[in-house]
Amino acid sequence: MDAPADTLVYFIAGYAVIFLIMGIYLASLIIRYRNLRQEEDTLKSLEENDR
Amino acid sequence: MKTQPRLLLIIDFISVILLIIATILVFFVVPTEAVMGLVQKVFYFHVAAGWVGMMAFFTALVAGVAYLVTKQARWDRVGLAGIEIGIVYMLINIITGSIWARPIWNTWWTWDPRLTTAAIMELVYAAYLMLRSGIEDPERRARFSAVYAIVGFVSVPMTFLSIRIFRTIHPVVVGSGDPAATGAFDMTPAMSQTFFFSLITFTVIFVSLLWHRVRLADLSERVEQLKIRLSQ
Repeated sequence: MDAPADTLVYFIAGYAVIFLIMGIYLASLIIRYRNLRQEEDTLKSLEENDR
Repeated sequence: MKTQPRLLLIIDFISVILLIIATILVFFVVPTEAVMGLVQKVFYFHVAAGWVGMMAFFTALVAGVAYLVTKQARWDRVGLAGIEIGIVYMLINIITGSIWARPIWNTWWTWDPRLTTAAIMELVYAAYLMLRSGIEDPERRARFSAVYAIVGFVSVPMTFLSIRIFRTIHPVVVGSGDPAATGAFDMTPAMSQTFFFSLITFTVIFVSLLWHRVRLADLSERVEQLKIRLSQ
């Protein structure tokens, strides 16, 4: 019986893409959340100063 | 600032554990397919990513209907969250499909019914984000987005059914497909178990991401309200 095709490089590339895109999206969520929290804190302190 | 809900923390933890187990199953446990070799293992997360994409677009459809019925802005944010996640996971699905196709079909891309409808679906939802960014008025934006999410969902069953209706080289793993399909394979019990485990894993990841993305949208809304109050 013939051996399976040698497709190791494509297997690695496939999973690299999967984890890379998932990681980038997760990082984007975390960065956007942090930035918004900072902005919220700044705006709240501005609001308190206005009072 | 609200802290992360306990249930969300638990779902996050379960997501990570399941993803680790699914990866171990795919990399070390499930047998290598006899003809295609290791690249066939891309299948487990390729299909799971497509599943998340379609589930996310369905969530946007439900949120769109809910918004039009209730006019509650929260549903608009759920719809946006669903579509953003759907675009990301369909992108994974399309790219991994292309990587799998290269050694099996001898091409990165072909205008096969499944690949074409999947690309159209991705573009339809990318246009949703462009539509949103072009409308200033929040109420009008939410209404238009809801209608778009409902109409755009036509592309989802079209993509799902394309390999079951049209003549295609894309294999149908669950159910019967075109006998001319290239790269079709029969699953052993270990393959089926890993496949369904991956689907469950990605479903839990989707729930976690959706919840996080809605929380992000809620926070964004609060910041906008603060800005409006300060400008008055």
